[in-house]
Formats: sequence, structure tokens, C-alpha cells
Amino acid sequence: MLYEQELKTFVDGTTNFFEVAAQQPATIGSPYLMEGTPAVHEYTGLINISGKREGVVYFTAPKAMLTVLLMKMQENDFSHETMRDLVGEVANTISGNARRDFGRDFVISVPSVLTGEKPPQIPQKPGQRSFIIPINWRSHSAKLVVSLT
Amino acid sequence: MNGRPGRSYKLMIVDDSNIMRRRIERSQQFAGLQLVGTAGNGVEALELFRKTDPDVVTMDLTMPRMDGIECIGKLVAMKPAVRILVISALADKATAVEAMEKGANGFLNKPFTDRQLNEAIAELMR
Repeated sequence: MLYEQELKTFVDGTTNFFEVAAQQPATIGSPYLMEGTPAVHEYTGLINISGKREGVVYFTAPKAMLTVLLMKMQENDFSHETMRDLVGEVANTISGNARRDFGRDFVISVPSVLTGEKPPQIPQKPGQRSFIIPINWRSHSAKLVVSLT
Repeated sequence: MNGRPGRSYKLMIVDDSNIMRRRIERSQQFAGLQLVGTAGNGVEALELFRKTDPDVVTMDLTMPRMDGIECIGKLVAMKPAVRILVISALADKATAVEAMEKGANGFLNKPFTDRQLNEAIAELMR
């Protein structure tokens, strides 16, 4: 379960990523709680969390949003591999930044990337609930999902 | 190391993200800093380091095969004068302290602006 202040850490991390990396702020919707695995977009970057907290943090976004994000980052490679790289890097950056508040015992894995709107599986314990943080940027929507025990 | 005008310094970029490697290469504007190669993890970095003998390294921390903290220790053991700028998302103080104790000379958190990157490199080259 996540406390309000901990949730704020991820909201702030997401806000900071778009402000700095994309040089254009995102609008963060009201986070909400859901049981089970939420729907994902075409590309999902996933970080496994271990240490004093356990679970997953993932960033999931449609290709159209990632394409514009890459343009804003002055990238000119829009290949499938670059899209995979980008979602992994976003998930890694937001999760890594969370250690400012959680400390070094919040251990993050290297990113793994899932593609497709019906990926094989996202690891989650039965009954585990996830916080969904909606991200609206330009005309696109994405999500950060935080599922921690 | 003093970043003296007219002198050329060799730069190696280590990060498991291609996007980040290209970003650092594109954004750094320090005169005389010439890229000699990039690596995607600590093991590749050690191999490239032996071949190219860089003066300056930017180093990610969270990487497969060998992480940045371990790699920094090995690079410094090979060349104590190497200047290492850690560029990582890990934002806790304990990690920054550990990296500096292993021999890093600077620490820049992701995400970063071009200006922040160039200021960090300029500080490293003093």
C-alpha cells in the first residue's frame, strides 16, 4: 500500500520528467486505485522494486506520444527499438528519482519493456492493488502505475 | 585536471540507454572534448576503456551485467587521473556519496537540461 506522501513522490517525479526532458509540462490527473492489472498502451517500461518495498512501477504510453516525446528530445530515430528504450528510460528515471524520498533501500531493477496492448503478463500478486497516475501531455494520454507492498 | 584551451581530452559515455548516450554526445559542448566511444554496461566500458584510454567518462549507475558503482572502482584502479561524471536517475544522497567514495568526481541527476550537463562537465574539467 502507498501513503499519500509516497504517491506524491511519483506524481512529482512524473511532472519533473516532462518539464525537464520534454521541456513541456504534463497535466497529471487525479490518481486512483484499482485491483488487478490496468490496461496498457503499446509500449510499457517496467521496473521491479525490491528492498524495503516490493512490487512494480511502470510507465505505459502510446506510440504517437512517444514519437512526439522523442522529437522534443531532439531524437531523429523513431524505430521500435528507440520506443522501447524510451519507455524504459522514463520508468527508470521516475523510479530512480523516488529514492530521493524512499532512500537507497528502495532498490530498482534495470528496465524491462513490454510491447503491445495485451502484453504476456505484468507481475502482480493476487489481490494487489495499484495506483494509477494519469498523464496528459499535449493531446496524448499515458499512465504511471505504482503497485507496491 | 585543468581543461586547458587548445588541449584535447578523450570522452567515453557509458549508459544502457541509446537515447541517453546520443543525448549526452549531442548536448555536451565543452571545447576539446572528443568522443572516443560509448558503452552500454560496465563490462563493455572496461573493454572500451582499455582500448581508448579516455580522460573523461560519463557513467550511468543502473545497468545490466556490471553496474556503474562497480565499474567506477575498476576504472579508477586502472587510471587514477580519470575524471568521472555520474549521470543517473538514482537521487538518494547515499548513492551519490558511494559513487564519490569509489572515485567519481561529479554527480548529475536525470532528467537534466543541456545547461546542467554542460555546467557539470565544466566543473569536472576544472
